[in-house]
Amino acid sequence: MSIDPARQAGYLEHPPRMGFFTDTSLCIGCKACEVACKEWNAVPEDGIELTGMSYDNTVGLGASTWRHVAFIEQSIPVGPQTSSSPAPPASAAAEGVRWLMSSDVCKHCTESACLDVCPTGALFRTEFGTVVVQDDVCNGCGYCVGACPFGVIARREDDGGAHKCTLCYDRLGAGMEPACAKACPTESIQFGPLDELRERAALRVADLRAAGQDHAQLYLEDPGDGIGGGGAFFLLLDEPEVYGLPPDPVVTTRDLPSIWKHVGLAAAGLVATGIALGLGRRPR
Amino acid sequence: MTQVENGHPERAPGRDGRRRRRGEQLVVPDVEFTSYYGRPVIKEPAWGAPDVPGYLFLGGLAGASSVLAAGAQVSGYGELAKVAKVTALGAISLSAVALVHDLGRPERFANMLRVFKPTSPMSVGSWLLSAYGPLAGAAAVSDLTGILPAAGTAATISAGLLGPGIATYTAALLCDTAVPGWHEGHREMPYLFAGSASCAAAGLALLTLPPEAVRPARTLATLGAPAELVAKRLLLRRLGDIAEPYETGRPGRLLRAAEVLTVGGLAGAVFGRRNRVVSALAGASLLAASALTRFGVFEAGMATARDPKYTIIPQRRRRGMN
Repeated sequence: MSIDPARQAGYLEHPPRMGFFTDTSLCIGCKACEVACKEWNAVPEDGIELTGMSYDNTVGLGASTWRHVAFIEQSIPVGPQTSSSPAPPASAAAEGVRWLMSSDVCKHCTESACLDVCPTGALFRTEFGTVVVQDDVCNGCGYCVGACPFGVIARREDDGGAHKCTLCYDRLGAGMEPACAKACPTESIQFGPLDELRERAALRVADLRAAGQDHAQLYLEDPGDGIGGGGAFFLLLDEPEVYGLPPDPVVTTRDLPSIWKHVGLAAAGLVATGIALGLGRRPR
Repeated sequence: MTQVENGHPERAPGRDGRRRRRGEQLVVPDVEFTSYYGRPVIKEPAWGAPDVPGYLFLGGLAGASSVLAAGAQVSGYGELAKVAKVTALGAISLSAVALVHDLGRPERFANMLRVFKPTSPMSVGSWLLSAYGPLAGAAAVSDLTGILPAAGTAATISAGLLGPGIATYTAALLCDTAVPGWHEGHREMPYLFAGSASCAAAGLALLTLPPEAVRPARTLATLGAPAELVAKRLLLRRLGDIAEPYETGRPGRLLRAAEVLTVGGLAGAVFGRRNRVVSALAGASLLAASALTRFGVFEAGMATARDPKYTIIPQRRRRGMN
């Protein structure tokens, strides 16, 4: 039984939960999503420099980067394109290259750490089940930054506030799809009701595995995982960490009962210490 | 640990191929892992030093000083109670300044009191601070001026009851994050902070008053220092591989120095109880140790956020992949 985050947030009547299914096997690394996101959301410039590490000069998600296309070059044995093929070939000539490209985005977690820890209520759950920052409320405390298990949200230096993907909340409200999905030329970024996306993804990963992509895997589609499943989930062709994603993220607030218990016990210890100090009479 | 570049299917170099700086101790067994060009998986918290570690230290000093003040007042150590109350007021005022200064938008500090969220230790802490601060202030002002002594005593006792919350909630603040070096230690961190706060409060009292006037502070130190030392050991054991930054580099040095000062301060407090100079030095040691502990814990956690291995390897192990 998966959680209905919008209902949990108090929307008794609400539209279906909307999300992204990013099928990285279809990504060609064109970065149209990055550009469309910046244009639509008026996200400021995030550094114009060459990293020298690959075709990826955006590096990662951040306060002013709400879509990020990762680029990975791997040497692999020629033959079926799997990194688990047995016995690497003897000669270097038999080495092949494969490029992995993946458009990363905020996961809009079912159990969202940034939302849980936000002390001002600036972060909130929308009727679509997504997670959005209200910029006019955020006081820039930065708690969400360290709480996110994916390193998505960050504080912008110039305005001091925390920013991230809104899943184009404004477009959704007008019945439109998010700018990145609209711009994606290969339908690597698919937008829709989460239930439908999950069904589609299950078929797709089965096809890819049947075609010999042994490492093809769905990431964050399982409502039983450590974040209750992502509102944005992915089809990956290699392990999550290859793409800079955590292999087994768990929302930090799952441990909050235990955290508060130990804080309470430690505080009780201090209270007891105070009482003990008060009981000792000063010698005359 | 060996890093595999971008999931390259070739196995990473073994022990011989590993780069190791001269004199660097290999704490963690060689584990292969892959990352995205060595980039961190999580973001380093947007919190700065000295604001945030300073806040941890000052909040602890204030909270435990209020405990000491209440205990000292009831047991008839008037001078000690007065010093502890003034310390609590001064420390909590400074800590509030540090907290506001660390905000990206300090002018919106009051938004902290817009909602109350038990899922956010920062929200709980803000409400706790807004209740505790005025009580600590009333206790100190009443004692200094002699105005409204009954209300002053009530404020002293109330601040003494809320002080432990102020001294320990900061552990929840750090541990309720994705930072491996803090989160995985959440079962031990509150006791470490309670012990460290006790040392700070006891230390300041020992430093400022003659030994015969501070017996409750010595008692506080003899309870707090061992608690801190034991909690730290247990924390490091719990963290396992992730403890590396707690034991190496700058945070490692800070924490080792803190341990030496804590042990020395405790010994000085106990054995120097008839000597003003020894007692004051012991107090200074305990106070400094508490500050160093907070900076060490803060920096060690930040280091575990910066290096992807502390995020990836434990998570792979959790999934049974290594």
